[in-house]
Amino acid sequence: MDQLKIEVKKLNFHYAGNIHALKNISLPIHQDSVTALIGPSGCGKTTLLRCFNRMHDLYPKNRYEGEILLDGDNILSNDIDVIGLRSRVGMVFQKPTPFPMSIFDNIAYGLKLKGVTKKSELSEMVERALKHSALWDEVKDKLHASAYELSGGQQQRLVIARALAVKPEVLLFDEPTSALDPISTAKIEELAMSLKEEVTIIIVTHNMQQAARMSDWTGFLMLGELIEFGRTDKIFTAPSEKLTEEYITGRFG
Amino acid sequence: MTREQKRKTEGFIALLLSTLAAFVGLFWLVFILGDVLVHGISALKPGLFLNDPTPPGIVGGGLRNAFVGQLLITIAATLIGVPVGVLGGTFLAEYARGRNIARLISVLSDIMVSVPSIVIGTFIYAILVKPMGHFSGWAGAVALAIIMIPVVLRTTEDMLTLVPWTLREAAFALGAPYYKVIIQVVYRGAATGILTGILLSIARVAGETAPLLFTSFNNSFFSMDMQRPVASLTVTIFQYAMGPYDDWHAQAWAAAFVITLFILLLTIAGRLIIKWRYK
Repeated sequence: MDQLKIEVKKLNFHYAGNIHALKNISLPIHQDSVTALIGPSGCGKTTLLRCFNRMHDLYPKNRYEGEILLDGDNILSNDIDVIGLRSRVGMVFQKPTPFPMSIFDNIAYGLKLKGVTKKSELSEMVERALKHSALWDEVKDKLHASAYELSGGQQQRLVIARALAVKPEVLLFDEPTSALDPISTAKIEELAMSLKEEVTIIIVTHNMQQAARMSDWTGFLMLGELIEFGRTDKIFTAPSEKLTEEYITGRFG
Repeated sequence: MTREQKRKTEGFIALLLSTLAAFVGLFWLVFILGDVLVHGISALKPGLFLNDPTPPGIVGGGLRNAFVGQLLITIAATLIGVPVGVLGGTFLAEYARGRNIARLISVLSDIMVSVPSIVIGTFIYAILVKPMGHFSGWAGAVALAIIMIPVVLRTTEDMLTLVPWTLREAAFALGAPYYKVIIQVVYRGAATGILTGILLSIARVAGETAPLLFTSFNNSFFSMDMQRPVASLTVTIFQYAMGPYDDWHAQAWAAAFVITLFILLLTIAGRLIIKWRYK
């Protein structure tokens, strides 16, 4: 179980305009577990998350230094196939991002990108992905309705199903429940935790309870530095850094 | 006069003046449309669409050549103008987003929208008609296309910019290359807006006369050869309305009615699409 999926080694990240957003970060991501990244606003946790699928490449003049090893290969090297990387490392965003198409086509989109063209195969995989994300019963009668007809929570589960359909090895969650009501939040948390048997999960969250409930490992960041990393139960009960303790007990942030 | 009375009087005067102005504007609009309707419908006969013009002075004949010519030129202009406009707008909103070149092209096409169309007509005359040695349907189509391009380009750019950036990120995150993100996700999100822009730009060029005078000119005979002068409704209306024969005048009215109706329908379709999109 305790195999490393990802190893971050001395990662530095600069946004365009030479803003040093991540400073010398090193941390392990364990296979088939949930790792939470917490910290006050602007600490760099989302920036770190977006390094794992090279999302920063979309904007000019962002600069990575150091290494992120995914199964031993440095994904920050120039000759890595970023598009291939993104089909291995999926992402779910803060706000639901259904595409302007039907529920079915939303799920099928990633599959088609991966080259699945046969109709029967597609519908089978779409059904499996929707069942997987516990959305099937709610949408099975309106697969060809617009995805925008779903509620916010349903849209978020649809987006998770879409990410799962392409069978990623790692799934990144960027505050996936911050725009949702408590019931939808509970459903998403439950879903994410049920997935960790098959996919390594990294989640950025502002919600301390959520991090404590969901994760096996927790990293605490502040001002671009990793202050502490360890087992979640240890971080939340006996942190070794004073800053961590002050943050999780709500004294700042 | 008390303050209240003064305020009420001023309010009444303002209301009166603006109502009057609205009615003055509306009066001419209704007058023109009504006139076109009355004269146009009475001259509208099946023969108008089925027959070609008779020699000047001989009563009868129709405008089949002009209807077909107008259609040909408009379709050709759309086929040239829409791809250039849509792809250009895509370049501005996607590949050159935020760059100086994008801002420059945006401003230039805003200026292009308000260039008098006769200037574009003479321009095409100089670069196409003169070298070819004669007027042609293609020259007319290119002139109309040049009028369409900035309209389509700016609408496309605006509509694509309205598609939230997070949607593109979500598609990238699934491992989609940029061109697939644009074609499969962004265009879908902006489709109705772009379609509306295209319809309105067709409506805009369908009523143009000046650029055609210098390019496709006119043709009294039925011709579908775009290499040669091609008749168009607008130029025919111009020529017939200035002519000495009552029969010509009646046909010009009918043609004016048809083209007005066509543009009206396009505009209404454009509006309906917007409404349907944002209901």
